[in-house]
Amino acid sequence: MSEGMNNGSPRRRGPHGPGGKMAPGEKPKDFKRSVSKLKNYIGKYMAAIVVVMIFAICSTVFNVVGPKTLGSATTTLSKGLMSKIRGTGSIDFEKIGRILLIVLILYVASSLFNFIQGWIMTGITQKVCYSLRKDISEKINRMPMKYFESRTYGEVLSRITNDIDTLGQGLNQSITQIITSVTTLIGVLVMMLSISPLMTLIALVTLPISVGLISLVVKKSQRYFKTQQEYLGHINGLVEETYSGHNVVQAFNREKAVVEEFNKTNSVLYESAWKSQFLSGMMQPIMMFVGNLGYAAVALAGGFLTIKGTIAVGDIQAFVQYVRQFSQPIQQLAQVTNIMQSMAAAAERVFEFLEEEEEVQVIDNPTELDNVKGDVTFNHVSFGYKENQTIIKDFSADIKAGQKVAIVGPTGAGKTTIVKLLMRFYDVNSGSVMLDGHDIRTFNRRELRDDFGMVLQDTWLFKGTIMENIRYGRPDATDEEVIEAAKAAHADKFIRTLPGGYQMELNEEASNVSQGQKQLLTIARAILADSSVMILDEATSSVDTRTEVLIQKAMDNLMKGRTSFVIAHRLSTIRDADLILCMKDGDIVEQGNHKELLARGGFYADLYNSQFAQA
Amino acid sequence: MTRILKYMKEYGAMIALVIALLFVQAFCDLALPQYTSDIIDTGIQNKGIEHVMPEKIVPEEFEYAKLFMKEDEQNKWDKSYTKKNNVYKRNKFSEDELDEYDSLFAMPLITNSQMSQVPKDEFKKQLAEQMNVKPEDVTDEMIDGFAAKIGWKVNYNKKTEEKDGKKQTTYYVDMRGMFKNLIGSGAMKQENLIDIRDKMEENFKTMEDSFIKSTAISYTISASKMADVDVDKIQTRYLWIAGFKMIVMALLMSGSAVFAGFFASKIGAAVGMNLRGKIFKKVINFSDAEMNKFSTASLITRSTNDIQQIQMVITMLLRMVAYAPIVGIGGVLKVIQTGAGMSWIIVLAVISVLMLVIILMMLAMPKFKVMQKLVDKVNLVSREILTGLLVIRAFGREKTEEERFDDANKNLTKAMLFTNRVMSVMMPGMMLIMNGISILIVWVAAGRIDTGSMQVGTMTAFITYTMQIIMAFLMLTMMSVMLPRAAVSAERIEEVLNKEITIYDDKDAEVLGRKDNTVVFNDVSFKYPGAEDNVLEHISFTAEPGKTTAIIGSTGSGKSTLINLIPRFYDVSEGSITVGGKDIRNVSIESLRDLIGYVPQKAVLFSGTIASNLRYGRSDATDDEIIEAAQISQSEEFIEGKKAKYDTHISQGGTNVSGGQKQRLSIARAIAKKPEIYIFDDSFSALDFKTDAVLRKALSKKTKNSTVIIVAQRISTILNADQIIVLDGGKIAGIGTHKDLLDNCEVYRQIAKSQLSEAELGISEDNGKEGK
Repeated sequence: MSEGMNNGSPRRRGPHGPGGKMAPGEKPKDFKRSVSKLKNYIGKYMAAIVVVMIFAICSTVFNVVGPKTLGSATTTLSKGLMSKIRGTGSIDFEKIGRILLIVLILYVASSLFNFIQGWIMTGITQKVCYSLRKDISEKINRMPMKYFESRTYGEVLSRITNDIDTLGQGLNQSITQIITSVTTLIGVLVMMLSISPLMTLIALVTLPISVGLISLVVKKSQRYFKTQQEYLGHINGLVEETYSGHNVVQAFNREKAVVEEFNKTNSVLYESAWKSQFLSGMMQPIMMFVGNLGYAAVALAGGFLTIKGTIAVGDIQAFVQYVRQFSQPIQQLAQVTNIMQSMAAAAERVFEFLEEEEEVQVIDNPTELDNVKGDVTFNHVSFGYKENQTIIKDFSADIKAGQKVAIVGPTGAGKTTIVKLLMRFYDVNSGSVMLDGHDIRTFNRRELRDDFGMVLQDTWLFKGTIMENIRYGRPDATDEEVIEAAKAAHADKFIRTLPGGYQMELNEEASNVSQGQKQLLTIARAILADSSVMILDEATSSVDTRTEVLIQKAMDNLMKGRTSFVIAHRLSTIRDADLILCMKDGDIVEQGNHKELLARGGFYADLYNSQFAQA
Repeated sequence: MTRILKYMKEYGAMIALVIALLFVQAFCDLALPQYTSDIIDTGIQNKGIEHVMPEKIVPEEFEYAKLFMKEDEQNKWDKSYTKKNNVYKRNKFSEDELDEYDSLFAMPLITNSQMSQVPKDEFKKQLAEQMNVKPEDVTDEMIDGFAAKIGWKVNYNKKTEEKDGKKQTTYYVDMRGMFKNLIGSGAMKQENLIDIRDKMEENFKTMEDSFIKSTAISYTISASKMADVDVDKIQTRYLWIAGFKMIVMALLMSGSAVFAGFFASKIGAAVGMNLRGKIFKKVINFSDAEMNKFSTASLITRSTNDIQQIQMVITMLLRMVAYAPIVGIGGVLKVIQTGAGMSWIIVLAVISVLMLVIILMMLAMPKFKVMQKLVDKVNLVSREILTGLLVIRAFGREKTEEERFDDANKNLTKAMLFTNRVMSVMMPGMMLIMNGISILIVWVAAGRIDTGSMQVGTMTAFITYTMQIIMAFLMLTMMSVMLPRAAVSAERIEEVLNKEITIYDDKDAEVLGRKDNTVVFNDVSFKYPGAEDNVLEHISFTAEPGKTTAIIGSTGSGKSTLINLIPRFYDVSEGSITVGGKDIRNVSIESLRDLIGYVPQKAVLFSGTIASNLRYGRSDATDDEIIEAAQISQSEEFIEGKKAKYDTHISQGGTNVSGGQKQRLSIARAIAKKPEIYIFDDSFSALDFKTDAVLRKALSKKTKNSTVIIVAQRISTILNADQIIVLDGGKIAGIGTHKDLLDNCEVYRQIAKSQLSEAELGISEDNGKEGK
């Protein structure tokens, strides 16, 4: 029964093959450490957990005592029968009824206790999962950007969902199961001993046999499970790659070659799939056989003991039932260790994340400016993403309020680095960045960022109405102000043509508005925020020409009277910028205005002229 | 469901084998309780003695037994035994004969046994009746006197029994000697004894045969002991044999389960493999129309997860679902066979289990469905937080996001709590039902055992069968939850397999030669399958070898669609496209595509090495050719900068090289193919201005004799093309060179203006081209 219930536990990483129960669970690096961390986490539920433990023990004890008592009913029955044959008495129905009533009470109590402990444990588990998820979501906001740049979103996401899920499932099952299994094991052992020590000894002999057989099967099958996982991964990869490159495969006439490769992988997968499935499926029959072997041994021993008259028939029946119960907790314990392993591995990942370095949130005596003019100074700035890899070396620039700075350079030159430094997503290694003459490190991050507005190429909108999305820039803005901002961003017109207008829900991918329209919305958002320094990333491709003109106009509106940093792709932007920063391989190689730089005939001149080169 | 069965059809023989094995398993599974109860009933209760007639019997008992037999029975009795060494030994009989004698001699032997130990009080009562006195007045002296009179000696057997904690001693009298003497002296007739027997038989009438037999056997045991038969040895022997039989049975059961598992796993994995291979081959040959119909993501899930799901269900289906009814029905038959007449308990059990499952499912199902949505919601919000990290921080909206997440989190937790709690009723509930049913069986069976219509062992077996039937039902219920999911998967797979491929080779397709490289569009119109409006309308142009044809236009103007028609990713709706003068619908697709070097908008690389990717179009390209292609595509510098150079590993989807590098490699791949027709679908926009310019310059040398068709976003990319086609809303808005179009095409002028300053465009005469 319990197996059937547990099979549904979802596991990490990709589609798992059938028979997940036997699949090698992920191993934690430090089992003890992550378990003790988890212990701290569930510490406040200690009282409840103690109750759960007591209830689980009670439930198990009653469940163990049940068969013995029921056995005595059988004994009474057969004794009564015997004396009836001899004509010396009859079956004592009153006594049997009494015994059965007791057994019934035992079973009802056992189920009740079991249910209550399950109820409480579910509550604890869900609360722990809830607060872990909450902690992670809050943690994300306190962590430096650096962390997320070296990782995929999927990695962090899987901690929030898969890992916590695994952890919850594990927690829900493991504590109760360990208690129940151990209690059952002890209880059954005690009961067996109380019936017959000799028969107990015989029953125990089967133990090493089953343990040995199981570990043999597990060891063998795990190898195939690993191969299966590996090749499932290969095949999924191949499918993904081929389907997404479908056009290329066809254009290059590679269909046959790809199918051939696929078939090869597919047949390896087949081999490992059936082998792992078969071997893990062997477990049940083997256990069944060992169980029956034990049963036969015990029944025989019981028979021999009755010859000597040392044991009653009913006792043998009870004992035989205990033998059946004996192998179950052992199987369960084996299963639980597997569950615990993956739980600990999941917990490890979750706690690893929660223990990551954080940014300082609030500093003492922060600079607080009421009116930021927008003077920005870079003072001998050095910076590198990795510790001993400085990419910006000794950069100085003085930007007056209202000036326009263009950042140019080939793809991958690190044009966004300056922006990230400005907004303190990263801190400089040496030198300083000043806003209105104050080192930006003396601000609280929140307040500093309030002074910057941002429009990125990678438009970020969330699922919600257009009104909500624009208002994101300033939560206290009135509807009128939002519409005003949309007008300034040349977005009002298209918004009104949409179904629902400002109240239209953007869907998950915000794919129900075009890329260009999204850009306009983010500009409106930035206009509404009304920050004194603007950071803009120009749109490049995938916007149609008319929208592009609108975006350009909206951006011009946005930059009016503000200090602005533009990551430039367009020549017109570069030409009238007050300062052009040329970036190459992460560093700023040249700075000056258009004329100066052209005159210098260096990197910039090269870059600028190249686009007119005759093909 | 039928679909899943269809997949399994070709493994019919193997499946029949599995089912046969399952029958063996079920047979053993069901027979096993009989063997175990035999150990207890016969082996322990009956001391291993299987038949009523003792193997050996002492002459005294031999004679006594005859007292209670009718004449024909006495004859048979005499014939059955041979006297040897003052002991009667049973002759050899077959099992059937012994079974026949069991019912024949059971009653005489039971009566014999009963009369051999009559409680003293009972004896006194009978004696008192004959002597016409009150039973209390019968003294030991009177008994002895009566005995002496008929030449009989009274022997008292003392037996001590414990009853309710007190020791009770009872004296028994063997009355048979008295009967013998009375009959011998003529004071009593044998018919009188037969009367006693008949009376006793009346008592046993309600009893089951097996009960009568085991009662008789309890005499057989003592008779055998008297004849110095080693009963313990018989019992030991019986137990060994029964135990051995049981183990053989268990081995057979486990063995057939293992073999069934072996074939089931093979079938499941084979079905999975075949489906996977079929679907992959099908999808590979899909045209873009079919690809878009399903979407790539959906096709991927169908080829991986859905198939995995089917594979799993088939294995389960063969091992558990097929087994459940076999065992269930077998169990029911067995229960009927036991004749216990308690079938209503099984019905009750099954109904309670079903009720429990149904109620729980009804409670939890709606929430289960909602739960997936709530999980998705948590995922969505987390994803939004992660992707919007920069924006959230820039706008200082961390708190709002945390609250948004918390809402989703709370809702999920609530739903999880509910479903998990409902499910936590399942186990205890199930246990309670099973245990309760066992208790009920014992209680009801106790009554039946009392009336003798059931034996203790039968009861135990009954409990076991009932549990098996309940489990079978439970298994079916569980599967009924799983099957619909698999059915959905099967349907999704079937959809793909049944999809007709719209673009395929004609039977008599011509083969294109290398020199067929002029591409001509003749009044081509195109609409996407199922769409209402044309994406392209009346497009006519000629792209000649040695010349560059550029296509420009705003998003959605149909640029990519247009060039995707050339390698026949789609077929035209009206008009025709010819290559080398031949309609491309009449030539072999392979030969057509052989001519084309295609560079897609989104660069796609395949896992392998840089070299293997560059050789993708022509696997026999030499190293020099590869290097040349790399040089032209401006990839050489970064390839040489890598440690393993051309052997650098490319991970799946090319994620370990940057976007620009990917694009350049994708261009190199097309160059290495040495095509006659180059198609660049907006392939240069991921490159910076400089690389773009240098690359095109190098490329132009290579493509002197080839037809080049370029789709572009940037005016600067196509400034020098031989002919520029301006698309607007699927129609040609103008064809000509840059200069021509600036003069006479408004759409082109607008595009140009948005990208270049007027000076750069050379519109205002005074400034000229600054860059030059």
